[in-house]
Amino acid sequence: MSYKDINTALMNFKLASLQAASLWRAGALRVMVFALVLAVTAITAVGFFTQRVSSALNQQGGLLLGGDIAITADHVVPAVLEKDAIAQGLRTVKTYEFPSMVINGDANQLAEIKAVGDGFPLRGDLTIGNDTTATGKLIRSGPRPGQVWIEPRLAHVLNLKTGDNVTIGEAKFIVAAILLREPSRGGDMFSFAPRLMMNAADLPSTKLIQYGSRVRYQLILAAEPQKIDRYFAETKPKLARGEKIEDVRNARPEIKAALEKAQQFLGLSAMVSVILAMVAMLLSSLPYIKQSLDTFALMRCFGATKSTVIQVLAWQTMLIAFLSALIGGILGFLGQLGLAKLAGSLFLETLPTVSASPIFVGVIASMAMMFAVVVPHAWQMRNLSTMNILRRETLVQPISAQAKFLPAALVMGVMIFWQAHDIKIALSAILAILGLCVVIAGFSYVLVSLANRLLEATPQSETINSIRLGVQGIKRRFGLSTVQMIGFSMGLMVLMLLALIRHDLVRNWQASLPIDAPNRFIINIQHEQIDSINQFFKQAHISNTAVFPMVRGRLISKNGQAINTVDWQDERAKKLAEREFNLSWAAEMQSDNKLLQGRWWKQDEYGKPYMSLEEGLAKTLNIKLGDKLNFDIAGNPLAVTVTSIRKVEWDTMRANFFAVTPPGLLDNYPANYISSFHLPIGADGPLNQLVRDYPNITVIDVAALMQQVRGIMQRMSDTIQYVFIFSLIAGIAVLYASLVATREERVSEATLMRVFGASRRQVSIAYVAEFACVGVIAALVASIAANLLAYYVSVQILDIPFQFNAGLAVVILIISMIVIPLFAWFGLRGFLNVPPRQLLNSI
Amino acid sequence: MQHPLIIQAQDLFYEIHSNDSDIHIIQGLNLAITAGEQVAIIGSSGSGKSTLLSLLAGLDVPTKGIVQIQGRPFSSLDEDGRALERSKYMGFVFQSFQLLPSLTALENVMLPLQLKNNADAKTLSLDALAKVGLSHRLQHYPKQLSGGEQQRVAIARAFATQPLILFADEPTGNLDNATGQMIIELLFNMNTGTGTTLVLVTHDEHLASRCHRQLKLENGVLNELNLS
Repeated sequence: MSYKDINTALMNFKLASLQAASLWRAGALRVMVFALVLAVTAITAVGFFTQRVSSALNQQGGLLLGGDIAITADHVVPAVLEKDAIAQGLRTVKTYEFPSMVINGDANQLAEIKAVGDGFPLRGDLTIGNDTTATGKLIRSGPRPGQVWIEPRLAHVLNLKTGDNVTIGEAKFIVAAILLREPSRGGDMFSFAPRLMMNAADLPSTKLIQYGSRVRYQLILAAEPQKIDRYFAETKPKLARGEKIEDVRNARPEIKAALEKAQQFLGLSAMVSVILAMVAMLLSSLPYIKQSLDTFALMRCFGATKSTVIQVLAWQTMLIAFLSALIGGILGFLGQLGLAKLAGSLFLETLPTVSASPIFVGVIASMAMMFAVVVPHAWQMRNLSTMNILRRETLVQPISAQAKFLPAALVMGVMIFWQAHDIKIALSAILAILGLCVVIAGFSYVLVSLANRLLEATPQSETINSIRLGVQGIKRRFGLSTVQMIGFSMGLMVLMLLALIRHDLVRNWQASLPIDAPNRFIINIQHEQIDSINQFFKQAHISNTAVFPMVRGRLISKNGQAINTVDWQDERAKKLAEREFNLSWAAEMQSDNKLLQGRWWKQDEYGKPYMSLEEGLAKTLNIKLGDKLNFDIAGNPLAVTVTSIRKVEWDTMRANFFAVTPPGLLDNYPANYISSFHLPIGADGPLNQLVRDYPNITVIDVAALMQQVRGIMQRMSDTIQYVFIFSLIAGIAVLYASLVATREERVSEATLMRVFGASRRQVSIAYVAEFACVGVIAALVASIAANLLAYYVSVQILDIPFQFNAGLAVVILIISMIVIPLFAWFGLRGFLNVPPRQLLNSI
Repeated sequence: MQHPLIIQAQDLFYEIHSNDSDIHIIQGLNLAITAGEQVAIIGSSGSGKSTLLSLLAGLDVPTKGIVQIQGRPFSSLDEDGRALERSKYMGFVFQSFQLLPSLTALENVMLPLQLKNNADAKTLSLDALAKVGLSHRLQHYPKQLSGGEQQRVAIARAFATQPLILFADEPTGNLDNATGQMIIELLFNMNTGTGTTLVLVTHDEHLASRCHRQLKLENGVLNELNLS
């Protein structure tokens, strides 16, 4: 590049900045820059916020692990894994879990011992108290050496209180506190015995861990998300047999489901904000483009070459895009700080810090949007002579609307894909937008024609005449009105869509974990005890209960081929194949199950060798519909054919089974029974009596866990509401921008009407009538589209049931019929009181 | 026979208040125009010709003084009152045409008639457009018409309402000589044919000389000239 080139570039840059400054002063730039800043603010704020919230949600889940990730093994976790973690700057702590008898004098009880290293828990906290009824205090460490903490249930069974001594293995400990809440209490629900927590330093003195002991070794890790992700990715392939690494998403299925839905929704909200902001920017770019092209036409007349004009235009575009992105980025960052502050109280820990990536995304998006708007017009200018431009022949043969919006549509498409993180969601959004454009054009044409005929048939008066003028306005400016209606409609549609899905999502969560969801399980019930258990339910006024049979069997062959655990790469598949299944039978499918393949059995098929399998299990073990399975049940064979595959909502917390057969088939096999029911926390009296009467049964208490899950879901709902508010602001911006886009033309029209003798009332009526029409059409189309899309997103993507919301549609219709014309009128009202002469000078 | 007075301005003042000084544009101006008269208001650029026209047409209100139309108060009416009077009696032709870009030629002409709730809006507009020779461009948008054609649409729009008074503000200011000449012929022919009172603002003395009266605006007051 020569000195001359640099000089020219500098001169063009100077020219571009001067022009941008004068366009700003003239007001042609303000609305578009406002929309662009808003777009970038939306993109960065939602980007920052969702980034922080989703890592916070992960951390929130991390509380349940006691850390961000955990390596679990059936042998001592190799020291090298811990060494690597420390080297990479991760915090670590080791825990050991095993069953052992806890002895208090003559009484003893099998307990789930957890020995924790110093530093446990890395995330979250424990709640301990002096007695079983205390509210307790939060603590972020485990017991000191020589001390143990016990769960209330263990205290009841062994009649222990703080200060008492207990024996575990060969060592004696002091009960220092009652362990009221342990977030990291997870894992296999059915292995629950009451918890006793001790310090890992005391383990050798108990002499309980010896060769062959069943110990669950855990290395728990915590660090910033990037470090965690790197360590997770590096370590996973290194793991040996019997070792697994898990983060909260694969450790806790019920949390996983909720987390994924929340993340999808946040992604959807971010996408919606981007679409809305882009539409707003596109609409408000029209006045800028017009003035800008005028200036460039003049420049050509004054002797500027094509390349100079293009260069100046490019500089100007970049300058506007960059400055808007800068302001938007700063506002976005501040906006998310505010949001995070609001949402911060929802989380146990402060929200994690963010990376700067949303700012870069904002700058790139801003550039892309500006160029998408400018390029088609610059392209159109390239082949025109100076005379062409001077005589405004650019306007005589305008490029088609499709070509004008094509680059913007492409940019929007890319942004949608990028934001949605999900091809299905992105495609459905794009299809919805395209469909919306077509439907609106058709709808407005038909409705306006109908309204026009209706108005012609009514007796003429000044008012009717003004209304007709307004309605005809839509047809006169069909292209512009359609763009405007698409803007309104899209704003309304996404707002409704979010309202509908958010409503469904939150309602679904609440329904899946109602306040009376089962929080106690009784297992090991014998057949002859079923009546007594039902009697107990009756006496304790516990309704809505069911006792399910359970037969334990091992899968030995599939389609005649023996199951060999080495066949599976997948650790979970190996485990499942090694373990005994809980088989159950049922006449009807449980209401929270969904049939995916095959069919449920009829009454005349009871006793037939059929089996219904849970989807995830079938997938893991590669079992298909029609496969023949052989089980070994306490030495007796059972051959069945898979006749259906079911989806199970594990997050309902009800007793559910991977494998179910028709009634009668398992009658001759040894079964015990399981039941789940709800009992308020602290109302364990009758239950303790039941346990004393039937010592063989085991009660599993998941009340604390349930409360925790419910708390997390509540926080997610709250967060979603916040993000929803943000999208709402973007939606309002679209409505505003689409008013601004046509304001200049409308002011000149209104002024001329007044010059020709129209009263302000007539002008107002025409104006309000036109926008009422626009509002009705936009609201009708938006309601239909939003409900269809919400149905699709709910049922197909988020996998939650959908309910048509007619009330919302009516509310939106009424609001847009009133609010849109009102806003439009407010925008024009100022001009109605200005003498027409002043306006004529300015138009 | 003495024609009745159609426009009367008495002791008219118009001032603009700017930051540091007041600009006196019209200063105690008096004017009487009789029905059917063709009056040209000339003056140098910035002398306030267009301001005077907008005061006479009620597009703005004087700081002091009154304007009467057909002997009735006009400038003292409120905004809508003046608009109603305009719709009854007045037509306009502007230097910058002032056609609405989103309306076709025909729709532009129809607009003032539709505002008056005129049932024959279409017929009258078609007729007016035929008179200005634009029957073949009814469905064209302003941006598809040349400057001369746009001004012809504006003239058709002005005459379609059959006004008593036609205000024309530099009607040839944006046109080349030949086109300007054609527009002038058209304007005067139509004016003569309908007997409309014409108030023409121009800086072109040749154009002004075609009117019955020529008034020169200087220092905020009018002086009668005799150019013919």
